Amino acid sequence: MRPLALGVAALGAFACAPDAPGRDGNTAMSSAAAANNVEWPRSFQIGRDATPAEVAALDIDFGPDGAGAPPGSGSVAEGKIVFDSKCAVCHGATGQEGPNDQLVGREPREGFPFGETRGLRRTVGNYWPYATTIFDYVNRTMPMTAPGSLTANEVYAVAAYILFLNEIVPEDAVMNAQTLVAVVMPARDRFVRDDRDGGRVVR
Amino acid sequence: MGNVSRRAMLGATGGLIAGGLLKTQVDALTMANDALGQQTEQVGGRLGGPTSVLGERAPGEQPRRVMGAPAVTSSSRSPIEQLRGIITPADLHFERHHAGVPAIDPDRYELVIHGMVDRPMTFTLDDLKRFPSESRICFVECSGNGGAAYNRNAPADRAPSQIDGLFSTSEWSGVLVSTLLREVGISRDATWLLAEGSDAALMARSIPVEKAMDDAMIAYGQNGEAIRPEQGYPARLLLPGWEGNAQVKWIRRLEASDRPSMTREETSKYTDPLADGTSRQFSLVMDAKSTITFPAFPYQLPERGWWEIRGLAWSGRGRITGVEITTDGGRSWMPAQLQEPVLSKCATRFRHVWNWDGSEALLMSRATDETGYVQPDLETLIAARGEGTAYHYNTIRPWRVQSDGRVFFGQGEGA
Repeated sequence: MRPLALGVAALGAFACAPDAPGRDGNTAMSSAAAANNVEWPRSFQIGRDATPAEVAALDIDFGPDGAGAPPGSGSVAEGKIVFDSKCAVCHGATGQEGPNDQLVGREPREGFPFGETRGLRRTVGNYWPYATTIFDYVNRTMPMTAPGSLTANEVYAVAAYILFLNEIVPEDAVMNAQTLVAVVMPARDRFVRDDRDGGRVVR
Repeated sequence: MGNVSRRAMLGATGGLIAGGLLKTQVDALTMANDALGQQTEQVGGRLGGPTSVLGERAPGEQPRRVMGAPAVTSSSRSPIEQLRGIITPADLHFERHHAGVPAIDPDRYELVIHGMVDRPMTFTLDDLKRFPSESRICFVECSGNGGAAYNRNAPADRAPSQIDGLFSTSEWSGVLVSTLLREVGISRDATWLLAEGSDAALMARSIPVEKAMDDAMIAYGQNGEAIRPEQGYPARLLLPGWEGNAQVKWIRRLEASDRPSMTREETSKYTDPLADGTSRQFSLVMDAKSTITFPAFPYQLPERGWWEIRGLAWSGRGRITGVEITTDGGRSWMPAQLQEPVLSKCATRFRHVWNWDGSEALLMSRATDETGYVQPDLETLIAARGEGTAYHYNTIRPWRVQSDGRVFFGQGEGA
């Protein structure tokens, strides 16, 4: 989520007008501009301005930098109440029993053997690199039968409780936009960018 | 034949398919088709049926997606061993949903593009259709496709669709994302786009702007008609050659940014743990792959003699430049014929005529793409990534032909 930093003041400061789209030659079609020799206008004048209100209503993502995170907060104790009534039916009483994704568990505590060993359970505690993802995902997708029904306070609280069950935050923790961003997950540094690039080497 | 009896027949068949076993499915279809055939048999000299506003498949040709019990968070597979050519009929395109198929009113549909842009904008479906359009033929593949083959003890009674059916190819039509980003004036500092769907999961993925500017499309057409609800109606993101999950269906929003959002689907899921104790993130391109679709389980070659080995090959990095075939378990390899058209990031048909002498044979195919990448065997990929890795399973698929003509997946126990 980003505040509308690039508003009216930014208009005209930099108008990006890329060249005709890059193509890899899959189809017989090239860009429309090349096909009929008509130079594209700076704008096709199709579509309308998005209003700040409609953007704000859609702009729900909560990334690792916390930009635009909603106000509110929730404690571990409050999270347990929400979890027991709305999450446990699918994820188990302690977040480990299923039937759906196992959320809780730090094993194996040594190393990160998920590539090496078949069949290990990837949980929030042993695999997820960012605590903000818990808020983002629960807020947009959970509970499965009524997504979007939780308040921001409830989502912060559920995040606090799941982090507590995974032994990542203490029992008196309170999660809000600042504290959730500050949580360092155990698997934070395990993720690497894709180094596959075709060619002879199998990676 | 009346519609009622046809519906009843197909309903009975559907129930058996939901039971799950491919053999059962084949038997059920055969029974249904025999019965239908008796009712529709043509006698020479008799006048045929009238024109109709919507065609139907021949009674004896009723391919179905392969799946277990219907579920909102699940998948169904294209019956690739029953298809010809490279195009997947839209109603047989594989499905993968995270929270069901939403019903979206096309008259109320809107796509919002905002974030690091000069002008945040909203486009209706008619707006999207009015922009300069493009069409291309390319595959969509789930990055978990082929998981059943990534196992030294893979079961032998698996059909090609059960291994590689999360793969389909369509002609997609729409507006290039680059055209829309040009219209809104994306900042030169923007490096990522968050793409978000309007399904119940609000499925979201971070997409590099570089890909968006290269060949990404907001697709509203599939094989000449509106895309199917299961494929993202009325509009979806199409990222040719990249994993299916990132090609967000029912797309409602693109947000330009200078960092990825780290959604659940690009952290907890769709990352590839490696043997060195790391996990590969944003592993979006699908590596070159091929599979033989005939002969394969559950088929039984009825007699020795001339048969054509057939299959599909594809690469997310460009064109397939060659497919090699072995019928002796890899001792000798021969180039297969590639059927035109051979398109970038698209299914390519290959074929190889084979005179089966009636003895046991182990068939395999091995694809090479235009980057020089060669499809690896299972041990090579395990050595590169580890046994526990997830996604992007593009190993060579072996098929064992027994002397009685029965064909099994030839990698696991008893192979």
